[in-house]
Amino acid sequence: MTKATAAIVGPGNIGTDLLYKLLRSDVIEPRWMIGVDPASEGLKLAADQGLISTHEGVDWLLKQDELPDLVFEAMSAYVHREYAPRYAEAGIRAIDLTPAAVGPAVIPPVNGTAHLDAENVNMITCGGQATIPMVYAVSRVAPVPYAEIVASVSSASAGPGTRANIDEFTRTTSRGVREIGGAVDGKAIIILNPAEPPMIMRDTIFCAVAADADREAIAQSIHDMERAVQAYVPGYRLLQEPQFDDASEATRGHTKVSIFVEVEGAGDYLPPYAGNLDIMTAAATKVGEDIARTLLSKRRLAGGAR
Amino acid sequence: MSNLNTPQTNVLARRWADVAADNQRTAQTSNLDLRLTDTCLRDGSHHKRHQFVPQEVRDIVGALDAAGIPVIEVTHGDGLGGSSFNYGFSRTPEQELIKLAAETAKRAKIAFLMLPGVGTKDDIREAQDNGGQICRIATHCTEADTSRQHFTLARELGLETVGFLMMSHTQPPEVLAKQARIMVDAGCQCVYVVDSAGALIMEGVGDRVSAVLAEIDGEATVGFHGHENLGLGVANTVVAARAGATQIDGSVRRFGAGAGNTPLEAFIGVADKLGWSTGVDFLQIVDAAEDVVRPAMPEECTLNRMTLMMGYAGVYSSFLKHAGNAADRYGVSGAEILLEAGARKLIGGQEDQLIDIALMLKAKQDANA
Repeated sequence: MTKATAAIVGPGNIGTDLLYKLLRSDVIEPRWMIGVDPASEGLKLAADQGLISTHEGVDWLLKQDELPDLVFEAMSAYVHREYAPRYAEAGIRAIDLTPAAVGPAVIPPVNGTAHLDAENVNMITCGGQATIPMVYAVSRVAPVPYAEIVASVSSASAGPGTRANIDEFTRTTSRGVREIGGAVDGKAIIILNPAEPPMIMRDTIFCAVAADADREAIAQSIHDMERAVQAYVPGYRLLQEPQFDDASEATRGHTKVSIFVEVEGAGDYLPPYAGNLDIMTAAATKVGEDIARTLLSKRRLAGGAR
Repeated sequence: MSNLNTPQTNVLARRWADVAADNQRTAQTSNLDLRLTDTCLRDGSHHKRHQFVPQEVRDIVGALDAAGIPVIEVTHGDGLGGSSFNYGFSRTPEQELIKLAAETAKRAKIAFLMLPGVGTKDDIREAQDNGGQICRIATHCTEADTSRQHFTLARELGLETVGFLMMSHTQPPEVLAKQARIMVDAGCQCVYVVDSAGALIMEGVGDRVSAVLAEIDGEATVGFHGHENLGLGVANTVVAARAGATQIDGSVRRFGAGAGNTPLEAFIGVADKLGWSTGVDFLQIVDAAEDVVRPAMPEECTLNRMTLMMGYAGVYSSFLKHAGNAADRYGVSGAEILLEAGARKLIGGQEDQLIDIALMLKAKQDANA
């Protein structure tokens, strides 16, 4: 079967990890790795895998006779905002792994199929990918007036982009908690922990629900969601049974649902502790594959008519 | 400075004069040896489970200001935006309390705390609109580079800036010095060595303050924030001042997280004895501690099994109440929760993990039953 072609922009940790996932894909062929630094290790690794590697940036890519079907943006939000209109102009579908938020946000098990025709989709943040599925798992069963997520990641896995603009993480993630998770109000907290050996990513999701909410249904929905995420992130797991705290003054009159999650990475390029980066690249791969399938089936139909 | 003639104190006096000139401080405070910040209304927020009401803030600010405390910090214990399931919801919105404090203080400046990853730049702007004048930005002591955007903004807004290197006991002096450099380059005017766990022992404080001072001397000042978990708040603070720290944190009546902060009234008495000027009237602050601050406290901050464990295991002081809650909820030992938190190398902000630890201890307990 023909595959959709892809370029990865940004040969850093995320781009390189993504490369290894795309190399296994049945529907996407990663063909270009685009960087700006000739000394980049990611560019060399991509070349070793048979990709066309360049340090001449996106401008070089857009000048080629053959353009990719898909571009995975893993450079920076700044770069993506600049080039997004040009990808759209060239008819290249963009899967954005930066917090640029040019296109609609996608969380695979929640709204993965909602934007298959969008010219640009955004993957929110690592913390968002790890926690928003659980907010949605609760809100699909019981109204959630407020949800709060706490993402703890190892310092070693938090790159300069995240560090330079940590507000972007909290803002983008809390918006995702509301708009995709389904909470009326949302809050996101991120902690970078420098412990050695590095800690595996951990996330806690707190949801406020009504005192008479159906706890059994909520717990069941949470377990179902764990399995749904495991389908593309095998190292995603609940650490504890969901906890229910009765309404009190401390919970502002709501029942508090607490969900504890650990995300162990697949170790494709980044070590297994960096589950935060793995869930990002795994989700982007999943979304990219769904988009590629749609593209390919349209192309087959068009080919048949020709 | 008459009682101390060591070279360090000369440095200390000179440095204070420089900063005073930089910051265009009033003539009234520019000749102080040490500038004190009381944090009852911020660190004490942990002990109070974030339940301050407006009248308490009015009373405490009024009394501390009258006694001459030059800086009073007011915020949720976990900084701007801290009101949450994870850290506890504020009874009164912190921005309201900051506004009230700024309206009440006649001389003192109102400071507020923010932690990158919890609060945001918007919170800083709002706190300034409400009368906050000093922006204190706290990171874990290896993560200073997450604070750059906030220091940049704070300086653009014309706020005075302070950087907090939390859990300083976990890193050697040279690492702290490098992290201090990052903060100062970003616009921080005073870097604090913060003993969040109350785990540092005197020489450990002096070495860290000296290393930070050596790195940033001439560009920014150094501060020290102590806790009482091993009973060393005042002693550690004296060592910090001797090593060149010119800004000092404490809480009147120890009103703070864990076993509490350096008792400011005691330190003021000690400073008087040592001939260090703080601008605070000792008798007046002692009265304020007894008559105004104590009545606002749910209980005294004391050394007990839990708080000693925090200093001993090097655990973030504000975990105390949360570990207690989890212990009660699941019928396990609070002290064991704290020890495990130390073993897992949890840092400030990871209160959620205390519940996970309690559940793990309960599972173990059930398996052995």
